[in-house]
Amino acid sequence: MKVLLKREDYEKILNHAVSELPNEACGLIAGTEEERKGGTVRKVEKVYLLTNADHSNEHFALDPKEQLAAVKDMRTLRLKPLGNWHSHPESPSRSSDEDIRLAFDKNASYLILSLMERDRPVLRSFHVEDGVSAEEELEIVE
Amino acid sequence: MIITVAGEQKNVKDELSISELIEQEHVETPEYVTVSVNEEFLDRDQFETTKLKEGDVVEFLYFMGGGAQKSEITGGKKDGILE
Repeated sequence: MKVLLKREDYEKILNHAVSELPNEACGLIAGTEEERKGGTVRKVEKVYLLTNADHSNEHFALDPKEQLAAVKDMRTLRLKPLGNWHSHPESPSRSSDEDIRLAFDKNASYLILSLMERDRPVLRSFHVEDGVSAEEELEIVE
Repeated sequence: MIITVAGEQKNVKDELSISELIEQEHVETPEYVTVSVNEEFLDRDQFETTKLKEGDVVEFLYFMGGGAQKSEITGGKKDGILE
């Protein structure tokens, strides 16, 4: 699995996550998926910046009303829901036990942005299945 | 009767309950699903009692959450790896 994310969308995620500090920020990603020779490629066409209903620096939950609005927008734009993203303000970009426990969709890409080093943000993508988190290839494209 | 489920029209029996619809649609991990009917979110204890009507629009939303934990924030060790 390879995930392609436009630089402008990466910056949108980053700016929102920074603006939400010290709390975690979260949202959804949508786009297209195609099978290529080297495997599945997911192209993110739109990122959604949602409210963290938990307003916490160690937990997030998508606001259901905003989640519903985003899902409808994806349907209107004929985009496939590809997964979600959230920030870790003070910890590395990797799936925590809580991230793994609450990753119910094995088809989703889970993007985690670490702001642990504020001048060196790290964004990674993960696939979670049967309680195991594996990193996916993520490429920021111009 | 005709209702709309996740954007698709479905022909279902009259007065189908949300619980029955969840079963009929083979919704995975239903305990983590939020349901809205005509944009109104239902409490879990309403799933049995809410009967759908002709033209209702139903959405299933999977709870999405997670986050770093205290042990991570405080630099705790996980899987034997420290970054």
